Amino acid sequence: MSVRVQEATFDVAVEMAETTGGDTSIGGVAMFVGLVRDLDPHADAKKVSALTLEHYPGMTERQLEGIEAEALARWPLAATRIVHRHGRMEPGEPIVLVICCSAHREAAFDACAFLMDWLKTKAPFWKVEDTDDGPRWVEARASDDAAADRWTKPEC
Amino acid sequence: MKLKYFAWVRQRAGTGSEVVDVPSEVTTVAELVEWLRTRGPGLAEAFQDTKAIRCAVNQTYVEWDHPVGPNDEIAFFPPVTGG
Repeated sequence: MSVRVQEATFDVAVEMAETTGGDTSIGGVAMFVGLVRDLDPHADAKKVSALTLEHYPGMTERQLEGIEAEALARWPLAATRIVHRHGRMEPGEPIVLVICCSAHREAAFDACAFLMDWLKTKAPFWKVEDTDDGPRWVEARASDDAAADRWTKPEC
Repeated sequence: MKLKYFAWVRQRAGTGSEVVDVPSEVTTVAELVEWLRTRGPGLAEAFQDTKAIRCAVNQTYVEWDHPVGPNDEIAFFPPVTGG
């Protein structure tokens, strides 16, 4: 159960080892790592040379902790971790990490997808891309809202 | 009242945060935005299209009819794009 917002990069193997913490009741770990992409597939597809993430210190942590608590309430999870970076980063660098540990894979997979979908629509981060045409704020996507909405349906 | 602006709202407003004394008739987020629009061309531009702006009061998302008071921290920003 942990949330971190930081400028520094992270090591996925170290994060996973810390999250499982030797708990041998854990039978599966699902992880998602988001990376900086060098080409925006929508809009006019300008080459991205760097990305800068701005956030709302204080609210970011509160939102991430709230999202994590929601996942823990919905699924039988032994451990979770969210790490999200801010500041400037280049293509290929990791931006975000979500780890979900459970006795069985289904809860780990579902909780990991849920956390990413909710994080993308609720955590107060904003991306600005450096492109050949100068800096450009990334626009929110309707598909992200739709992905988050699927977890609000009663059958979930 | 403490105001915070992020992303392009911050750029257009020309500042990331400010402390303001608002007129007593300003009691909701919507009324606050109307008042902010009158405070200069940057803020007028920032709040031109309010459909593109989200609001948080004391770090919780709220709708535009949410009440605001002198001790609140109110933030305005575009839809989030993290992850």
